[in-house]
Amino acid sequence: MDSGWLLFATIAVPLTTALIIMAIPSTYKQQVRWVATAAGFTMFVLSVIFFVLYNYKEGGLQFDLRLPWLENVAFLGKDGITLHLAVDGISVPLVLLTGIVIFCGCLISWNIKYRNKDFFILLMLLVSGVFGVFQAADLFFLFFFYELAVLPMYLLIGVWGSSTDFGTYVRTNGYGAMKLTLYLVAGSALVFIGILATFVEAGRGTFDLPVLGQVTYSETFQKTFYPFFMLGFGVLAGLWPFHTWSPDGHVAAPTAVSMLHAGVLMKLGAYGIIRVGMSLFPEGAEFWAPALLVLGTTGALYGAISAMAQRDLKYVVGYSSVSHMGYVLMGLATLNPIGVNGAVLQMFAHGVMTALFFAMVGAIYDQARVREIWTFGGLSQRMPRFVAFFAIAGLSSLGLPGLAGFIAEFNIFAGLFKTYPVFGALGILTAAITAVYILRLLAAAFFGPLNEKWAHLKEMRLLEQVAGAILIVFIVFMGVWPAPFVDRIAQSVLALPGIG
Amino acid sequence: MDWSLLVPEYILAGWAAMVVSLDLFWGRLRKEQLAYVAAAGALTATLVSLIWVNDSASFGNLLQVDNYTTFFRVFFGLIAFVICLASAQYVKDRLLHPGEYYALILLTVIGGTYMAAAKELLTAYISLELLSFSLYVLTSYAKFDLKSNEAGLKYMLLGAFSSAIFLYGMSLVYGVTKTTSFAGIASALSGDTSGIAFALMLGIVLMIAGLGFKVAAVPFHMWTPDAYEGAPLPITAFISAISKAAGFALFLKLFGQALLPMADDWRWIIAGLSAATMILGNLVAIQQHNIKRLLAYSSIGQAGFMLMGIAALTPHGPSDPASALLLYLVGYVITNLAAFVCVIVYYNQTGKDEIADFGGLAERAPFLALCLTIALFSLAGMPLFAGFATKFILFQTAAQQDLLWLSSIAVFMSFVSLYYYLGIIKQMYLVEPTEKARLPVPRMEYAVVAVLIVGVLLVGLYPQPLFNGVENATSALFQITQAAAAASAGL
Repeated sequence: MDSGWLLFATIAVPLTTALIIMAIPSTYKQQVRWVATAAGFTMFVLSVIFFVLYNYKEGGLQFDLRLPWLENVAFLGKDGITLHLAVDGISVPLVLLTGIVIFCGCLISWNIKYRNKDFFILLMLLVSGVFGVFQAADLFFLFFFYELAVLPMYLLIGVWGSSTDFGTYVRTNGYGAMKLTLYLVAGSALVFIGILATFVEAGRGTFDLPVLGQVTYSETFQKTFYPFFMLGFGVLAGLWPFHTWSPDGHVAAPTAVSMLHAGVLMKLGAYGIIRVGMSLFPEGAEFWAPALLVLGTTGALYGAISAMAQRDLKYVVGYSSVSHMGYVLMGLATLNPIGVNGAVLQMFAHGVMTALFFAMVGAIYDQARVREIWTFGGLSQRMPRFVAFFAIAGLSSLGLPGLAGFIAEFNIFAGLFKTYPVFGALGILTAAITAVYILRLLAAAFFGPLNEKWAHLKEMRLLEQVAGAILIVFIVFMGVWPAPFVDRIAQSVLALPGIG
Repeated sequence: MDWSLLVPEYILAGWAAMVVSLDLFWGRLRKEQLAYVAAAGALTATLVSLIWVNDSASFGNLLQVDNYTTFFRVFFGLIAFVICLASAQYVKDRLLHPGEYYALILLTVIGGTYMAAAKELLTAYISLELLSFSLYVLTSYAKFDLKSNEAGLKYMLLGAFSSAIFLYGMSLVYGVTKTTSFAGIASALSGDTSGIAFALMLGIVLMIAGLGFKVAAVPFHMWTPDAYEGAPLPITAFISAISKAAGFALFLKLFGQALLPMADDWRWIIAGLSAATMILGNLVAIQQHNIKRLLAYSSIGQAGFMLMGIAALTPHGPSDPASALLLYLVGYVITNLAAFVCVIVYYNQTGKDEIADFGGLAERAPFLALCLTIALFSLAGMPLFAGFATKFILFQTAAQQDLLWLSSIAVFMSFVSLYYYLGIIKQMYLVEPTEKARLPVPRMEYAVVAVLIVGVLLVGLYPQPLFNGVENATSALFQITQAAAAASAGL
C-alpha cells in the first residue's frame, strides 16, 4: 500500500531535518529554529493524518510498508529483518501524541541560544526513534528505534540541562543524564536478551512481529521470558522500584526534552509491554499480572506521596509522572478490555498533560531561574494565562471530568474494580493524593497575595502560549469527546491475545 | 606451483623495499610523503588482489587463494592504507627512520594475509611470526621513549612465550594426526578419536592459548594495556586492528576447518574464555584514565564478544557464526580505527592522551568530538552505527547455538561498556575546556575520519552488501571442510 510511505516519512522527516540542520552554519540560529519548527509542524500534520485516516472499523495493522533489510543470509529466512512499518489502533494515538509533543517542543525551544543547532539535531534523532518504535512491526527495528530514542538523551540532558541545588547537595544535570541513560540501557539489555531468546524459540527465521505472534510458545518459555520484557520495557515506563531515573532525569533535562521524555518516551516502555510482551506471551502476561499490578500500584502511590514532599516545581511534575505511569501499568495488569483500554488512553492523556506541565515549568523557570514552590506566591496577578494553563494541566492530572485525565483514569479504575477491587480503591486513593498536592501547589505558588519579589515577572512568551494552547486543545478534546480515541484503541485491544 | 597467486604480496614486499630505499637514498623527500607512498602500495596490493574474487586456487599445499583469502587481503590492505595515512604527521613529528616504519607496516600485512591463506600449520605459524615480529619492532619504535621500549620488550617476551606454546600445541596435534594440513587434520579427526583424546585436547588447549594471546583473550591479555600505552599511537591503532583481525582469521581457519570435527569438545573452553574476556575487559576498562589503556581494555572486551563467534561453531552446523564473526570484526575495525584516528589527531596537536585532557573538545574541535562520539557509541553497540547491527547479529547467532547464557553476559557487558565510553563523551561535551583555542583538523585526517565514519554508518544502516561479501568468504572456508568430511565418509 502506498500510504505506507507516509509512515516512513514520519521517520525520514526528522532524520532528513537533522542532516539539513547539520549543513546550516552554527551562527544561523534563526534559520535552524525555522527549519526545526517546520519539521515539527510536518510531523504534527502527518500524525494527525494517520489518526484521521486510520480505519477503526477495519482495525488491525494499516499503512503497511515492508522494505527488506537483511535477508537470505545466515540464520535469517526470506523475510529475515524487514523494515516493516504499520500502525494499529494502539499505536495511532501514540503517534499523534508524538506529533503534538514534538511540534510544541520545537516551539518551546526557540529560546535556546547555546549551540541550538546541535540541540535540534539531537532532538530530531530522538523523535525519529520514537516514531520508529510506535510504527515498527519488526522486532529488530522496534529495538533499533528504541535504542535510538535513548541514544541522544545523554547529551541533550548533559549539555542543555540544569542542576538542582538541594542546599546540602547538588544534583547536577550530568548526574541526571548518566543515571537516566544507564537505567534505560540496562532495561534495554533485558529486552535484548528477551528478543534473542524469542527468535530462537520461534524458529521462523524472522523478526516480523505478526509472524512471531502466530507462534505458540511453551508455557514455561512464556513465564520465563515475559519478565524480561515486562521489566526491561518497564524501566522506561517508570516501573517501581526502577523509576528513580525519571524524576532526576526529567528535572535535569531542558524543557523540550522533559516534555518529550515524560510525555512520549515513557510511553515507549508501556507500549513495548503491550506490543511485545502481551502480544507474544499471553500466558506469561497472565502469570505475571499480579506482580505488575503490585509494582504499578506501589509506583502510583509512591509517586504521589513523593510528589507531596517535593519543594521543587519540576520534581513535583517528575514524581507525578511516575505516579501516572503507575496507573498505566495497573491498567495493563488488569488484562481486561476496559482496563487496558484505559491504560492506552492514559498514555495519551498523561502525555499531553505532562508535556503541558513541563512546558509551563520551563516558562516560569526561564524568567525566575528558581523552581522553589514556596518562594512563589500570587503569580496569577502577573501571569494569568500561565497560571490558567498550569491549572488546566493540574486539573487534568487529578482527573477532573471534562479533561483527558478523567476519561483515562475512569476506564482504568473500572477495569480494576472488575478484577481487583482492592487495587481499584488504592487507585482512587492515589487520585485523591494527587488532588492534594496539585491543589496545594496551585494555592501556594500561584494564588493568594503577590510576593513582591516576583513583581517583575511578565506573561510567558507567545510561542509558549501557542504550544500550551495546542496541548490544551487536545486535553479538552479528549475530555469531552473521547470517542475517536476509544474507537481506535478498543478495536486493537480486543484483538490482543489473552484480553477478555 | 602457480607463483602468480602471490602477486599482491610481491607488490607489498617490493614496495616495502622501495620505501626503505627511498628514505635512504632520496634525502630530499619530505618525510610525510613516504606515508603516501606506502599507502599507495597498500592500496595497489588491495586492488590487485581483487583479481582473485570468486577464484579458488592452491599454492602447493601451503596456501589457498580463495574468497576467504581475498577478503582478508582487501581488509588488511585497507587497514594498512588507513594506518599509513594516519601515521604521516605523527611519524614526522615524533619518530626517526620513517622508511623502515612504513616498510614494517606493509610486511605486517603480508603476515596477516598468509595467516588467513595458510592451508597447513607451519605456514600459519611462520606467517604469525612475521606479523608478530613486525609488530614487536613497531611497538618499540619510539627509541628514546622508555615506555615504548618497555612495551616492545614485554610484548616480545610474552609473544615469544605464547608462540612457543602455540608451536607445542601444533606439534601435539601433528603427532596425533600425522599431518600438518588443515584438511588432513579435519579428516583424521572425523574418525574415531577416543584413544588419542588426551594428547589431542592438550594440543588444542595449547593452540587456544597461543591464539588467545594474539587476540588478547583473558587470561592471555596481560601484554595488551602496556603495549597499547607504550607503542606509538598509530601502531596502537594498528595492533588493535590487524593483530586482532589476523588472529581471528587464523582462529577461524584453524577451528573452523582443521579442528571443526572436534567442535563439541572445545567449544565450551572457548565459550568460557569468551565470558571471562568480556567480563574482565569491560569491568577493568571502567577504571582507566588513560585513553590508550581504556581502548586497550575495551579491545579486550571486544575480543570476548568475537570469541562467541568461534564458540558457536558446530561440526555440521551452518556457517553463520563465522559470517557473524567476520561481520563483527569488520565493524569493530572500522569503528576502532575511526576512534584511534581522532585520538591521533588530538595527540598530534596537544601531546596529551589522558581522558581528562579531552575536556571540552566539543568546543575546540566539534568535528573531531562528533566523530569520536559516533565511534564510541558504535563500540557500545548503539543504533545507526556499525556496532548495533553487528552485535545484534553476532549475539543472535550465538543464541541460536545454545549459547543464550553467553549472549546474555555479552548484552550486559556491552551495557557496562557504554558507561565508560560515556565517560569520554562526558569529558568532551559536558566539561568546560581549559584552553579556548580551536584545534584545526588537518585536511587529510579530516578526510580519513570522515570516510571511516561513513563506513561506520554504512555497516550500521545497511549491512546487506557487506554480509554478502562475508558469506562468500566463509562459505569458501567451509567448502573445504565439507569436502574433507565427504572424503573421509567416502573412505
